[in-house]
Amino acid sequence: MSPLLAQVQIHERTEDTCVSDNGFCPDWIGDNFDRYVDPFFQHVVLTVVAVAIGFLIAFSLAVVAYRRRWLVNPITQITGVLYTIPSIAAFFLLLPITGRGFVTATVALVAYVLLIIFRNVLTGLDNVPDETKDAGRGMGLTDRQLLWRVEVPLALPEIMAGLRIAVTTTVGLATLAFFAGAGGLGEQIFADINFKSNVVTAGGLAVALAALLDGAILLVQRLITPWTRAAAAR
Amino acid sequence: MNDFFDAIEFIFHAHESPAGGAQVGGLSNMWELTSEHLELSAVSMAIACALAIPLGLWLGHTGRGGFLAINASNVGRAVPSLALIAFFVAYIGVGFTNLTLALVLLAIPPILTNTYTGVRQVDRDTVDSARGMGMTGAQVVRRVELPLALPLIFGGVRISAVNVVATATIAPLAGVVTLGDPIINVNTYGDEGRLAAAILVALLAVITEVVLGAVQRAVTPRGLKLEGGRRWRRLAFALPNDRREAST
Amino acid sequence: MNISDSAQPPGPSARPHAATLEFREATKRYPGQTAPAVNELSLTVPAGDICVLVGPSGCGKTTAMRMVNRMIDITAGDILLDGHSVRERRPAELRREIGYAIQQIGLFPHLSVADNIGTVPRLLGWDRERIRARVDELLELVSLDPVETRSRYPAQLSGGQRQRVGVARALAVDPPLMLMDEPFGAIDPINRERLQNEFLRLQREIRKTVVFVTHDIDEAIKMGDRIAVLQQGGKLAQYAPPAELLMYPADPFVEDFVGADRALKRLALQRVRDVDLWKAPLVRAGEPIAEARAKLADSEVPYPLLVDDHGRPQGWLSDRALVGERVAKELRSRATPILELDDVLRDALSDLLADEAQYGPVVDERGAVTGVLSIEILSHALKTDPDEVPSGADAI
Repeated sequence: MSPLLAQVQIHERTEDTCVSDNGFCPDWIGDNFDRYVDPFFQHVVLTVVAVAIGFLIAFSLAVVAYRRRWLVNPITQITGVLYTIPSIAAFFLLLPITGRGFVTATVALVAYVLLIIFRNVLTGLDNVPDETKDAGRGMGLTDRQLLWRVEVPLALPEIMAGLRIAVTTTVGLATLAFFAGAGGLGEQIFADINFKSNVVTAGGLAVALAALLDGAILLVQRLITPWTRAAAAR
Repeated sequence: MNDFFDAIEFIFHAHESPAGGAQVGGLSNMWELTSEHLELSAVSMAIACALAIPLGLWLGHTGRGGFLAINASNVGRAVPSLALIAFFVAYIGVGFTNLTLALVLLAIPPILTNTYTGVRQVDRDTVDSARGMGMTGAQVVRRVELPLALPLIFGGVRISAVNVVATATIAPLAGVVTLGDPIINVNTYGDEGRLAAAILVALLAVITEVVLGAVQRAVTPRGLKLEGGRRWRRLAFALPNDRREAST
Repeated sequence: MNISDSAQPPGPSARPHAATLEFREATKRYPGQTAPAVNELSLTVPAGDICVLVGPSGCGKTTAMRMVNRMIDITAGDILLDGHSVRERRPAELRREIGYAIQQIGLFPHLSVADNIGTVPRLLGWDRERIRARVDELLELVSLDPVETRSRYPAQLSGGQRQRVGVARALAVDPPLMLMDEPFGAIDPINRERLQNEFLRLQREIRKTVVFVTHDIDEAIKMGDRIAVLQQGGKLAQYAPPAELLMYPADPFVEDFVGADRALKRLALQRVRDVDLWKAPLVRAGEPIAEARAKLADSEVPYPLLVDDHGRPQGWLSDRALVGERVAKELRSRATPILELDDVLRDALSDLLADEAQYGPVVDERGAVTGVLSIEILSHALKTDPDEVPSGADAI
């Protein structure tokens, strides 16, 4: 058996019977909730920052590759490799270069997210109907105007879908961020992996965060793409 | 840079553990860890496929349970692997079997969703003419829907496989000693050991992806490849399907 | 804020200026292909005319049209808009002065009808009030209710409605030239007829120069002031008004393309409004029988036609309706086919034959009966010399 299981336990198991029986103890959770607050916010920051940076990079790449098709393959291959490398390995591969901390975690998380967003933005743009583009050009829109006023708005549903996938997976990966020294809810899970109340609370908060962010993006999507509702209603 | 050389060195030559006592590192140690890693992953994947593919085929063929099949991935994505493993450790206990259970649960959603979607996106006209020719339901599945859905099914298998290989890295938390051991128990193996393990895990994941990718290409019926274009490029890097695509 | 306050002078034909268009040996060659797609096309479209480019697929008609607004770049020769070469203009700028309507319409799905129509005005920097007024004006022009339609999305419109919005969008900045590529091609035949009529009505009011591409010779004859027949390889076979095309086809290809039923096609040159209709014996329910009988005697139509208070046809009355004191609503048959003043005679004949009817009531724009068209009238029209007949939108 690995020495792992004899970790420092974060609670006192002496007094409370629920706790010493290792059950699910709402009282304990209530009393100790503040130990999850900071990790939660670290988790939020990690996720949001990583997805935001990843989005900016991947979106720009997609817009460039949209007009210069020869770039699509190389970018896909590179972001694909970054996507495949497990984050936990990435944290340590980056360690000698960026050290322990927030930066390492963020770089690894950004790397993961690039392919998802790149592919979705590109697909969204590719799905704009040809006749819509033809009509736009024929009316006198320049390439740039066509991109920002027609193609990107029409690609939004696909882009947002990619964002949602990116956000939920990043929340999941960020639970491992503590390996890179960046804190997060995973640190709490890891601190006492045997104690049910702890695991459920920390894990539950992570799942809740993922659901929350997913829902928030969905809401934003509904708000900024009113025409999709009209189409569905017909 | 030195760190990387040290790590490579660690893979090939055993050292004395910084914690004192045993020898760590070297090819046989690494191989032991790797094979445990692979065994865990392979067993989990096999069980997950055996469960998810038939279910996905059936749901896809009959058109039932779409909501479940498609949202399985969305839900699965929201649960962090660490949380899943911790949950199992806390409630069920440690050990190879328990951990396999957790990994199977992790692996099922992408396979299920992709199998379902793969079957649903087979051209309805093709299925129709198959039925018209007198094929029974099972024959339609076996001879028409399954072959045409294979690329997507394999896409799902790829996603899951890479996830499982990645998650097997934290298996030591549940008492199964895989390549993640040097990462989690860094005191025993030292920093070089940890980096070495990270390199090996990364390699393992990439190899899994590449090999399964080749298999996916191999099982894609030639006719589909020629249809080519966008849809084919999509399969080139197996990514989670988003809800909208799956709903056609 | 009413329309007269906008910077645009009132009325849809506000800018009577329509451009002249000239193709001067315009040629398009694609690399790697021996035959040119458009081969030294030369023709002039006078201002305010509809020029129809027609021909079999592959004849280069769409290519020729797209060369005008530089969606396709010309290889040799020139195209002159009001005497100025289009090659000297920046494409995006040029296109903002030319109305563009394509077969699949290409409305922007993410914009409302109003925003779709307002796209080019917005590009040109018009202020919002002006755009709004113009949008409403245009929607009325294409027979759509502005209040109901302006905030809808394309997905919520029917095919015919989308088509109209497409035309309105093309007219947004009152361009001197319009390019239309099979604009009614994606519509079902019944609505297509209606849309064609409406467009011709519109053209009578606004008189733009239009280049209209179609593969349908019947549509070409109906719509065009002049028709350019193109053959494979982008060569011009004949450029002439419809009557001339029908009477004197330039070569066997044109003759063949126009069709063996040339004589019958002449019926397409005249509209219902051009011929003398029979007076319709219109009666309302409850009218005194004596009056009804008098009207019947006065008309060449053997049966009375029941109309409602607005004059809209309800059906042909049977003999039982004229029994007693007052007209009873006893129908022998429905009033179909109902014909419009703008229908070409060919379509009217087709409708009558389809319904196996000898006569059909003719209604005006509001749906009220103005007369009756019969097969007899049509056969008389066949004998008329087509040189006496005005063509296309000129028919008033």
